Amino acid sequence: MSKKAFRPDVDAPEWRGGYSPYDIIKEGTIAIVIVGLLTILLATFFGSPDERAITMKIWSNADPIDFAQTAISEMNGSSTTAGYGAPYNTASDGVQLGPLKIAKFMGVTIPINTVKDFIINPLKSWPNQPALNQDLATWSSASSSTQSGWVADYTKAAPNLKFVNGHIVAQTTNAGPVPALIDDLTQMAQSGALDQALVTGNGFYTTNYTKPLMFLADSGYLANLADKQHLTGSQWGMMNETGQYPGQAWLWLYTFWYQIPPFTTSSNADILVFAVMAVLSMALLFLPLIPGLRSIPRKSRVYRLIWREHYQG
Amino acid sequence: MSTTEIDRQWTTRLRRRAAGKLPPEKLLPDTQPAYVSSWIYVFGVTTLAALVVVIVSGCILALEGPQWWHSSNIGHFVNSTHLWSVEIFFFAMIVHLWGKFFMGAWRGGRTLTWMTGCVTFFASILAGFTGYVSQTNFDSQWISTQSKDGINATGGGSFFNVLNLGQMLMWHIVILPIAAIALTGMHVLLVRIKGVVPPFEKDTEIAR
Repeated sequence: MSKKAFRPDVDAPEWRGGYSPYDIIKEGTIAIVIVGLLTILLATFFGSPDERAITMKIWSNADPIDFAQTAISEMNGSSTTAGYGAPYNTASDGVQLGPLKIAKFMGVTIPINTVKDFIINPLKSWPNQPALNQDLATWSSASSSTQSGWVADYTKAAPNLKFVNGHIVAQTTNAGPVPALIDDLTQMAQSGALDQALVTGNGFYTTNYTKPLMFLADSGYLANLADKQHLTGSQWGMMNETGQYPGQAWLWLYTFWYQIPPFTTSSNADILVFAVMAVLSMALLFLPLIPGLRSIPRKSRVYRLIWREHYQG
Repeated sequence: MSTTEIDRQWTTRLRRRAAGKLPPEKLLPDTQPAYVSSWIYVFGVTTLAALVVVIVSGCILALEGPQWWHSSNIGHFVNSTHLWSVEIFFFAMIVHLWGKFFMGAWRGGRTLTWMTGCVTFFASILAGFTGYVSQTNFDSQWISTQSKDGINATGGGSFFNVLNLGQMLMWHIVILPIAAIALTGMHVLLVRIKGVVPPFEKDTEIAR
């Protein structure tokens, strides 16, 4: 039987040289002590960022017009959430990878009806509001075409909303109860009651913040704050965090693709970038098995720097 | 009980196999090949040491719950140690990875060692990410609402909902640490079984 040829990028030569003393336990102990001390040093001098979470109360008091405009976008279906598609609703197909509508594969598994979940149901949960109850009854008893007409009328007025004496004022002509509902929702949010109403949809105990986060993410307010903190997509935001901290620097390659064409202009950028990173990750994982790629270390000769003493010998 | 019966026991066979693959002098060696003398070898053990500090600081945070660090100076300091040990962990791990790449560290039957290292890296990225979205502050609000689009694009958002704090926290403090520790353990054991990859043959890059 012939001896198999030595493959330099697959096989390793047998070591016939010398050995030196090695205290693995001592090395590990020293490493833990040094890393521990370095961590304490960095934590003492630099700390860690902790910008408080934004609540509906904070948002609606800081920018009631933006809150009301976001609320009407949830009613007229123009918000990001309302038009998102799976897993929240069927409003769109979502992003596609070529002909594959991957985002739709699992269907609507986290259903969100922005009108009911963000506007009507929270308002229904606000106690002791007789006028609001009347407006809700008017809304509920109207046909869907009438509701749409009211919402469309308010939508026309939405760019010119005003906040006067603690109330949202809209120049509408035939918006039915919608102006009152939007104003009441703003009042409810400003009181803090909306925060609770959005998270307690599943009962007393909950740890699921999907609905309030989706509502909040539809606002211009959150995006403006993020922009000031250099967190938006075009600011390499995926790897950043608030303040001057390293953040998730290891996501630099993932973030990088979002900065260059065709990803900057593609409506399918999310799945395209994911696909690119999946291919690159698989290439890294299976690198030992990929001819050509596995030869790079040998051909680059960087190893001669690493094993300098060995090659000098 | 006959000797044959004992020999056939799962326990006996596992012990013999383990002892054969990894005798004590390999598991806890007191010598190493002379070529293991570069600064680059420091980063493997630094990654392990940082993982220990990450776990210890994370466990201290877990003692008081996910929101303790917002209202307590001690809690905030512990959170800071958690953050910086994670930064050291990733820095050391990435330098270690690049170092092993340029060594061609998969050679000599070490493919699985390379692969377990890569999967540990991927699991660690997910662990870091779930930590960021579990902070219960502005960072977690922004990062979760933005990253959901990437995950939803794959259809994965249906069972990995980054806006569900409870789910993300469980992944961060239970599932992913177990995965990272198990994978790291496998990786280290494979390194001990197979040993540290020897240098390329002298002038091999010219000869072949």
